This record gives sequence, structure tokens and C-alpha cells, in this order.
Amino acid sequence: MSEINELFNKQLRIANIGLESFYKDLKAKEIDVIHVNWRPPAGGNKKMIKLLDKLKK
Amino acid sequence: MMFVAAEIKKNTYYDSVYLMRVTKEIEKIEGVISVLVGMGTELNKELVLSLDMMTQEIETIGANDFFVVAKMEKKDIMVEVLSKIESLMNEQKSSSIKEYKPATLESAVKYEPLTNFSLISLPGEYAIIEAKKALERNLHVMLFSDNISIEKEKELKLLAKQRGLLMMGPDCGTAIINGIPLAFANEVNRGSIGIISASGTGAQEVSVLIDKLGSGISQLIGTGGRDLKDEIDGIMMLQGIEALEKDESTDVIVLISKPPSKNVAEKIFSSINSSKKCYVINFIGSEFSNINNDKIHFTVSLEETAKLAVWLANAEKTTRKNEAEKRSKNKIDKLSIREKESTLIAKKRSKNISKKRKYLRGLFTGGTLALEAMNILQKEGISTYSNIPIDYDYELTNPKESIKNTCVDLGDDVFTKGRPHPMIEPSIRNERLIKEFNDEEVAIILMDCVLGYGSHEDPAGEIAKTLAEAKKGMGREKNDNPIVVVSICATDKDPQSLNQSVLDLENEGIIVSFSTAQATRIVAKVLETIGG
Repeated sequence: MSEINELFNKQLRIANIGLESFYKDLKAKEIDVIHVNWRPPAGGNKKMIKLLDKLKK
Repeated sequence: MMFVAAEIKKNTYYDSVYLMRVTKEIEKIEGVISVLVGMGTELNKELVLSLDMMTQEIETIGANDFFVVAKMEKKDIMVEVLSKIESLMNEQKSSSIKEYKPATLESAVKYEPLTNFSLISLPGEYAIIEAKKALERNLHVMLFSDNISIEKEKELKLLAKQRGLLMMGPDCGTAIINGIPLAFANEVNRGSIGIISASGTGAQEVSVLIDKLGSGISQLIGTGGRDLKDEIDGIMMLQGIEALEKDESTDVIVLISKPPSKNVAEKIFSSINSSKKCYVINFIGSEFSNINNDKIHFTVSLEETAKLAVWLANAEKTTRKNEAEKRSKNKIDKLSIREKESTLIAKKRSKNISKKRKYLRGLFTGGTLALEAMNILQKEGISTYSNIPIDYDYELTNPKESIKNTCVDLGDDVFTKGRPHPMIEPSIRNERLIKEFNDEEVAIILMDCVLGYGSHEDPAGEIAKTLAEAKKGMGREKNDNPIVVVSICATDKDPQSLNQSVLDLENEGIIVSFSTAQATRIVAKVLETIGG
């Protein structure tokens, strides 16, 4: 069975990254959801992000 | 005299929908002329500059810094602005303090190892990074974000295909997986009809109509708007077809998209040609008459798509195509229950309006719903100007100004740059509604009203309130107003109350329909009556 068909037979457990309102909608329906408290990496400084990416590699 | 003041909070991040709510609250404060609340992104700084509110502090901030800048009649109003912001932020904190919210996807998965799905709605450049991470961790992805290059989309979709995962999007607004509405979706019954759609509002309209006709949805897979282009090669739609083919809960499969490229269309047809399941295909506005397969049915409108899918789901599996089509027509009446009465009212009203009033103005928050309306009107011989025209001779050079009969998609980038989508925050449409209502050449205004998760908390109330304002203080004859028709896309299980929404609209004299097709037929009859 493919991963997608397996998902159709499982309980959906969601990680929400971004708009918190999507998380709140799901939470209100008692869906299993966790909200990632995301922040722009390196304060959104693009030069710094590139440097960090290089370091990770 | 005007004053500009700003306040910065370093390293304090809030998402765009939340900031929009804060802005709305601040705008209500007396003496505030204009206000911008946001994160210090380049786009926001550009907006501050264009509104003539740039300060030295704002020039230096970054995407992780929160700012508020206001133009006020008196300097001391800023104290009130800041105290309002403080109390809104505290509310936000106390409502979200109870749950653990990890800072990264990695820690979320560590905390909840059974996580199998990721809903991503970050700004485009960051969304790509997180979507890739999610797929690498074997999570299925729904990517709501837009502003992602087609090359990156292909990369993500190939990675997902390799791993057998869903990669819905980018720019995927609507999905329902295992009965759970994700992002912009309605609460619909579960049933045996599976939908794979490249259009968010198209999928919402069809799933809602299926629910209204007494059937339900097994799965609703979104693909993002570009999936059926040559560059993407229909990767998500083909994977979706494969999955729904194997899914025992799905008997009928609905495919919705703008017309696909020739190559992608061929791939889709060859993948479904020997299927035992029935297909209803709506390639918005285009018909493929050369496919001769009893199991594959083409429809022109979203309404017809829902009706045929429901009939097929209820029919015996061996029913032949022509019988299906014949009997599907008998099903129309369940949806059209008030259409005759509404048409009569609209025609009667059209006799009372001034002879100068000739034109339609369609104000849509859903692009596919605008296309549905324009296609139906064209079949009635009525051409409409638009920012998403079906005939390029009728393209609006300036989408902010209507010409004769016009239908605009107000969710288009030209309207939403730096502003929230009108389905979330309706002020773009409210402003346009007032303008069109005051135009002495306008006979009829047609609007969609999409309820459900993700949407504004009371879209119908906003329309009713705006119309009441537009009518107030107008010095003309009471009867000489444009007729307003609203098509409401909602089920009685949606978080906003459908009954209350209909009541609010009807109390303002608005004619309410339950499908775009129905509302458009009423409009066509009015235009025919007045000779517009």
C-alpha cells in the first residue's frame, strides 16, 4: 500500500507552520495538531541565512 | 496637523493574519488616520514609504521585528494605540500559553513522533525550506504559501513522488483529508466521492454542492494551480488519481482544473482510461469531446460537476453514460428550489430601476467562481470584462475600474499585494462594493460569499453591513438601486452560521443563491429583461 493510501487509513497528526489561525481552527475541532512557533532564521537577514546554510552543509 | 509615530518590538514575530486583526482594531480608534502594523520585511517597509510614514527606526528593522506606525490627528493618540496593542498581545499570549509550541519542525516531530502531515503557510522563501524538511521526514505536505518558483515546485513534487507522499501546493488553499478540512475548506459529509482539484474555491463549491445533494466526500486533494502545466507534468494529480483508484472508500473521482496542457491531459486520460471507477472532469470552460469512454464524463460548470458526481455515486456501477446524463438533469431541482422565485423577484425589481442602469458588476473573492459566472454568461451571449478574462478581447487594462459588464477576481495579486486576501479580510471588496453600488450605470451586482474554515468570521455580515452603509445618505429614489445577488458557498455545518448569514443578507434586500451557477442564471435573466 502506498504512503498516501496508508495516510487515508490513519489518524491525521498535523504540524502547522505559519498562520496560527489554521492551527486554532484544527484545535477547535479537537484534531491532533501541534503549532510550530516559527521565526525567520537569522532574524530574516538573507546574508546571514546563506552563511548559516553553508555552515550546515 | 498630522503626526506620525512608530513603535518597534525587536525579535517579536507575529503571523500576517494576526497582524491584520490588530490593524483592524487600531483603525477603529478615533483620530487615527492610517496605520500599518507588521513585521519589518522589505515589502512592508516599501508600503510604509509609499504611505509617507517612514521613520528612522523603521528603516533599520528586519523581518523578525514587529512595528506599528500610525498617522494621527493628535500626537497623544499614540498612547491609546500602544495600550490597545499591548492588550491585544496579552490576549494572544493568554490564549496560547497552555500548549507546547516548539520552535522548529524537528522539535515538533520529536515531541509528537506520530506526526504524519504538515500544513505550511510561511512566506514563500521560507516555506520551500520547511516543505523540503517535512518531506525528508516522511510527512505529507499541504503548502498554502504562494510566491514559489515553478522550478522549486517541481523539485518538491518530485521529492514527494519519490517518497510516495502528498505534496499539495504550492498555493494550495483547500483540502479535506480523512474528513478534516484544512486551510480554506467547508465542513462536508463524508461519502464516496473523491476530488482532486487545482482550484481551491472550485473544490469548495463542488464539495459544498455534493453535501447539499445528500452525498459526501472521501478525500479532497488539492494540487496547487500550476500542477497541470507542462513544467509540473501533473505530478500531484496523477499521484492523487493512483491513490483514489486504490482507495476502497472512493467510487467516483472528480477532477477540477483550468484546461491542462495537451501532454498532461493525455497522461491523465491514459491513467484513467482503463479504470473501473467513474470520473467527472471539469476542465473549467473547456470540453474534450474526443474521449469516448463510458466511465469518463466531462462537465462545463461546477454545479453540473457536483450533480453528475452525486448521481454517479448513487447509480448502479454499470449504468451507461447517456443514461447518467439524462437522469442527472432530473436532479437539478433539489438545488434550484428557490431559483424560480428569486428570478421573478429580480426581474420585478429590474423594472423599477432607471433606464440608465444597464450593467453587471461581479465582485468575486474566488477566481474559479468568477470564471464559472463568466462562462455561464457567455453561453447566454453576455460577454464580461475581467482581470481573468475568458476572452482576451475583454481583458481589463485597469482591474480597479470596471467597464460595462465586468466580473473581477479580487483575490488577484493586483489587489492583494501587501493586503490580506478578501476571503480573510473583506475590506478590498467592501470598498469596491460601495463604488459599484454608487455607479449610476450599474443594474446588478453579483458576489460570492464563501464560508467555512479559514474564511472571515462573518463574510455575509460584512456584505450586509457594507450595503447598508452604501444605501445610507443616498439622495436618489429608494427603488433606484442596483439589484444585489449573492451566491453563498457553505454547508449548515460550517463554523459561521449559514442560516444567520442568509438572514443577514436577505434583511438587506439581497437575493441569495446557493450556487454560483444559480446566481448567474438569475443575473442573466435580469440583463435580458433590461436589455443590458
